[in-house]
Amino acid sequence: MKTSRLWAWIVFALGALYFIIPLLATFEFSLRIRRDGYTFDAYASVFSDPKFHQTFGYSIVVGICTIVVGILVIVPAAYYVRLKMPALRPIIEFISLLPLIIPAIILVYGYIRLYSSSSWLPLTNSAMGTNILLTLGYVALAMPYMYRAVDTGLRTIDVQTLTEAASILGASQTTIILRVILPNIVVAVLSGAFLTLAIVIGEFTIASLLNRPAFGPYMQNIGANRAYEPAALAVISFLITWAAMGAIQLLARFAPKTAKP
Amino acid sequence: MSEPFLRIEKIVKTFKNNTVIHGVDMAFDKGEFISFLGPSGCGKTTILRMIAGFERPTTGSIVVDGKDITDLPPNQRNFGMVFQAYALFPNMNVFDNVAFGLKIAGRSREQIAARVDEMLKLIGLSGFEKRYPFELSGGQQQRVALARALAPSPRMLLLDEPLSALDAKIRVSLRDEIRAVQRALGITTIFVTHDQEEALSMSDRICVLNAGRIEQIGTPFEIYNFPKTRFVASFVGTLNILNAKVADAATGRLLIEGQEIVTARGTNGRATGDALAVALRPEALSLGRANGGSNNLDGTIDEVHFLGAVVRIRVRFKDSAISLDTFNRPHAAPPERGQPITVNFGREDILVLEGPAH
Repeated sequence: MKTSRLWAWIVFALGALYFIIPLLATFEFSLRIRRDGYTFDAYASVFSDPKFHQTFGYSIVVGICTIVVGILVIVPAAYYVRLKMPALRPIIEFISLLPLIIPAIILVYGYIRLYSSSSWLPLTNSAMGTNILLTLGYVALAMPYMYRAVDTGLRTIDVQTLTEAASILGASQTTIILRVILPNIVVAVLSGAFLTLAIVIGEFTIASLLNRPAFGPYMQNIGANRAYEPAALAVISFLITWAAMGAIQLLARFAPKTAKP
Repeated sequence: MSEPFLRIEKIVKTFKNNTVIHGVDMAFDKGEFISFLGPSGCGKTTILRMIAGFERPTTGSIVVDGKDITDLPPNQRNFGMVFQAYALFPNMNVFDNVAFGLKIAGRSREQIAARVDEMLKLIGLSGFEKRYPFELSGGQQQRVALARALAPSPRMLLLDEPLSALDAKIRVSLRDEIRAVQRALGITTIFVTHDQEEALSMSDRICVLNAGRIEQIGTPFEIYNFPKTRFVASFVGTLNILNAKVADAATGRLLIEGQEIVTARGTNGRATGDALAVALRPEALSLGRANGGSNNLDGTIDEVHFLGAVVRIRVRFKDSAISLDTFNRPHAAPPERGQPITVNFGREDILVLEGPAH
């Protein structure tokens, strides 16, 4: 028993070191902008750059739009599949995985072909149109995470009985989703939302090829032209991701508890 | 004669190629408490779900108060329903659960508060408003579910095995509470159960279902004492069922394994020489030979089970056996296995069942 526990700790320590050492190295490197010692100048330089604020703010707004559209599309879809067409679940799961299989570059070239100036819906002709296209691209990109999160949430409640209970009390389908289903899977939806945000913040390919002022292309640009600032940016984006994960854990405490049998 | 409150007219339900309900036809009066009783898979829940609007009959119709509601969605039927799995909304406290239907109906804040208070008083859970479902016991959750179903003053209450998930003691007390509430409100109620004791103790009428067909509809007294079919006789209570042959249809003489008995209830349309099944209630049987109009069957003691207050005795004839219960008498030893014995019963106690003998 003790030996197996020791081995478990050894494996855990090795795994932790595998992740922590590169992070610490990056952090340490980001502090070495001056020869005379450690300093946070690289971070100060990043934070004082107006383009940082601009691109970060842009990506946050696009991220929020992506989350809203994602929830509006995926929650009802996952709910109806679970309620009315459970036989379709494997097909829907496969479709939701496609963005992991098809590279983002193929997706964005497809978008450009379909929605360029010569198409029937020339979204790329305007900045707003391109923003919409970028958001929709991100919804597709985040779909594997959002769908899985929502589906996991739905698995924790008795969707059919709750739907029937609300329905016989006079509730419409929209009311059922908004007042019964969504509040009971809110933690799952939020975890999907934070994962979406983390993906959107760091995404480069679609934003770059659609020529949008997003955080991903900004990071790439800094990485190509500076030495220490990219390391600082990497640490910052890790901190943002961790903050998002921490928020998921925190919100999980407020999840509605299921009834005792 | 007044129009029934609810009519189910020749409903058939087919899932893919499997027909689970075969032309069920019945009527319910206003304020009645009717139980659908039957084993798992007999179609009782499917009929209830069709009445609720969760399933649509393949053919046939459902009429309430003279209006065809077959195609009406569940949220427009104004029915209340209590589910086996409670189905309380986990994100809402007791007050919000009970108030849900009232909010949907657009009642004012004051009306909602008054009605929720009234309902919680009715089910004896005043003071539990702020509790969440996970903070309640199974029995309390089911009472909240009952209050939630009744709060919007529904036209009818549907109960889908609401006691099945509860332990025995709570089941008994809650079934009395449900019946008391139903009587107080005078609401037409359909209760689905596979438990004969629940059905017998709570219902005005019982509808016994088997394989998607109605076997018998009647009061608990009729269902228990005068089952029409072998299925009802075997499902409700502990009837002894014996195969017999009509010796003389005119005088009601029957032969059971060569021994003659006489029924005062007729042969249910069977002619002399026909085979049939008869049922005998254990409580109608006595040990020993009786004279003067009673029936006697000779057999041997097959098993004796001492159960404390009661001694259950099985008497074997040639190919069949019957069980009867006698009270324990401390000063008289129970009979022994293999001992010849005569069982007697009255001519009125023989129930001739519909359908063929097996």
